[in-house]
Amino acid sequence: MMEIIKLEGTEDTPRILLDQKNGIFEISGRSLPEDSAEFYQPILEWLRAYSESANDKTEFVFKLEYFNTASSKLILDILTALEEVENSSIVWCYHEDDEDMEEAGEEFSELVEIPFEFKLN
Amino acid sequence: MEFIYDLHKAMLGNHLILVYEGDFTQEITKSVLAMAERNMDSFGEESSIKRKVFNVMVECLQNIVKHCDEVEERLEANSAVFMIGKSPECYWICSGNPVRKGLEGTLAQRLNEVNELDKDGLKKLYKDIIKNSDISEKGGAGLGFVDMARKSGNNLEFGFKPINDELTFFTLRIKIART
Repeated sequence: MMEIIKLEGTEDTPRILLDQKNGIFEISGRSLPEDSAEFYQPILEWLRAYSESANDKTEFVFKLEYFNTASSKLILDILTALEEVENSSIVWCYHEDDEDMEEAGEEFSELVEIPFEFKLN
Repeated sequence: MEFIYDLHKAMLGNHLILVYEGDFTQEITKSVLAMAERNMDSFGEESSIKRKVFNVMVECLQNIVKHCDEVEERLEANSAVFMIGKSPECYWICSGNPVRKGLEGTLAQRLNEVNELDKDGLKKLYKDIIKNSDISEKGGAGLGFVDMARKSGNNLEFGFKPINDELTFFTLRIKIART
């Protein structure tokens, strides 16, 4: 069993919960860290290790309110890491009037081979 | 003391609601964002417009933070300016910062490339860059200008003013409609 990753959100970094035991994998809030590569490095490492002994099913939830372009590159890296996790899927949540966030999710879904489910917040 | 009133008039005349001049860091970026958000909340700006303004602001501010350092190290001239203007029809996000002369051509080329593209062209360019590029040493994804153009739906206006033999002042203005 992988150790839990639990980060509280701040004004420029998202809230992250990766909990294999309870099957909760979620990123929410705002992502505009000063160094996005450094911020997401532990998350990517966690996912790579997790893929070796993943749960039967992994539903990864993105509930982002905002992310900058540097974070978008790292989100793609997370999705690419999730491609290596068997039986994984993405739940992409967005606010009703946030067309840009909906479109961002659609674009990510076209860049990776994982099923996406779109949900209103 | 005349300049205080002059500056005040200049700001009102140009519909500027926020001006920051000085050193740019992530902490300053967060403060400027918070001020702009509070300002837009105070008159109940629509959330979709607020998000677009926030978006363009972040890319603009983080560009300055990332690209000020190299100039600072070399020439001790890292002061930049950032402002937001507001009219009944639109917001203006404006920035100005010194860059090395040699960068002028590259910047103009990239901005012209972005400005020539329509909505679908920008989407395609965004996907090409995100798939094929790595995060730079400065932490940029090379997507900032493309994203500003996509979110604003407008061309990115830009210009250069020579400072001295080594530096040029790079100005950028992005319009975001309020309707």
